[in-house]
Amino acid sequence: MHHSIEVDQLSFSYPDGHPALVGVSLHIAPGEKVALVGPNGAGKSTLILHLNGILTGQGRVTVCGLEVGEKTLGRVRAAVGLVFQNPDDQLFSPTVYEDVAFGPLYQGLGSEDVAACVTSALVAVSMQSYARRVSHHLSTGEKKRIAIATVLSMNPEVLVLDEPTAGLDPRARRGLIYLLRDLPVTMLVASHDLRMVSELIPRMVIMDEGRIVADGPTVTLMKDENLLEAHGLEKP
Amino acid sequence: MHIHFLDPYRPRTSPIHALDGRVKFVLVVAFILTASLTPVAAWPVYILLFALMLSVEILSGLGVGYVMSRALLALPFVLAAFPVIFTNGGTALFSLSIGSWTLIARAEGLSRFVSIALKSWLSVQAAIVMASSTPFPELLLAMRAVGIPRLLVGMFGLMWRYLFVLVDEALRLMRARSARSGQSSLAGARSGGSVLWRARVTGGMVGNLFLRAFERSDRIFVAMLSRGYDGEVRLLPLPPMTAVTWGALAVGLSLLSLLLSFGILFWG
Repeated sequence: MHHSIEVDQLSFSYPDGHPALVGVSLHIAPGEKVALVGPNGAGKSTLILHLNGILTGQGRVTVCGLEVGEKTLGRVRAAVGLVFQNPDDQLFSPTVYEDVAFGPLYQGLGSEDVAACVTSALVAVSMQSYARRVSHHLSTGEKKRIAIATVLSMNPEVLVLDEPTAGLDPRARRGLIYLLRDLPVTMLVASHDLRMVSELIPRMVIMDEGRIVADGPTVTLMKDENLLEAHGLEKP
Repeated sequence: MHIHFLDPYRPRTSPIHALDGRVKFVLVVAFILTASLTPVAAWPVYILLFALMLSVEILSGLGVGYVMSRALLALPFVLAAFPVIFTNGGTALFSLSIGSWTLIARAEGLSRFVSIALKSWLSVQAAIVMASSTPFPELLLAMRAVGIPRLLVGMFGLMWRYLFVLVDEALRLMRARSARSGQSSLAGARSGGSVLWRARVTGGMVGNLFLRAFERSDRIFVAMLSRGYDGEVRLLPLPPMTAVTWGALAVGLSLLSLLLSFGILFWG
């Protein structure tokens, strides 16, 4: 059995020479839910963008048994559902339906399969009635749910979310936490919302300055106030 | 991720970079005027203008190759002047037959075309040197100093400021699209979709970008209003011109007017 995500000694520098990732290694088993925390600029988003080959650095990234590279890019992107921090980036079609249908349509599925994928994705985020709405006019919480549906429609093995609770009101945040809790997929969640992390995610990885500085059970790491403080985090 | 490669400014330490932006702006406008007012086929003047441009490029430390290759971007526009080869009088050089048409190239038309091409190439080089050696805020200051209406200058400034934001936004949209552009594991499914469908998706993205730019402009306006904007653009006073700057301006302008009068006197 392969791991869902295997990252070995990954290093990456931005074109201006600033090193964003330095020798990062991370293994995530199928079905596992892992939180990625750390201060702004720690390299969380950069790491996430490596998981589906949008960025490529030195080192090895294997996702669902596929080594990320030129040839596997299409398969990798279907296997890893990436939900961006800003749902506006993710919703680029005129209507919710077309946005959710983008992934399956791109993969070349028949129209009946596409419709089935879209419906089940919208049901999974409890937004069935929004299919004909205009994405642009939704609230942030609704956009966030639709953004998750746009990747669920591709039936990904791994769901990667960047700051899923950012900018949500308490009710929308609560709803999203329940939604993430009930989704039966491997999940990597980058977040500053440590309350959500301690409630929802059993394993926590702390990143700072492009390195992984701690990796362990959320309960244990959350107790170590010195560690949290040293890396710009606060015990919830 | 932020986009800086759009900004033509290349920081260097050179006398051209150090020169006051206002002087550069006026001299570049004067250079372009000189180039365009110089009579057709005044080859020696063109060579002198080119030598002038070349020395400025070398002095600026930008690299002659850099400026020249960027100036080639002007080439497609020169094509607009292509028909003058066939529409002016003078000795016939050669003829082209396209179907029932016969085009006769004439000497005078050809020299007119080459003159136009050279003039625009030189002018574009001047503009490139200015844009690469002057930070944009300094150019805005220069536009103000020569009396371009403040509202217009303010609009240029805002456009410049938000162009990068908009490009960033477009890149993020495209990144989100490629993140969802996967291949099905089902046999027989061909990924990519039809050209028409892809065009529709792209159209949706463009429309989205337009709506967002529109909404952002509203938010910016509200933010300006809340800081006391009342429709009047007020700006900091211009820094004073030193004697050296005046000197550079005078030398540059007299050199250009000398070249222009030389051209008009002998070839006009």
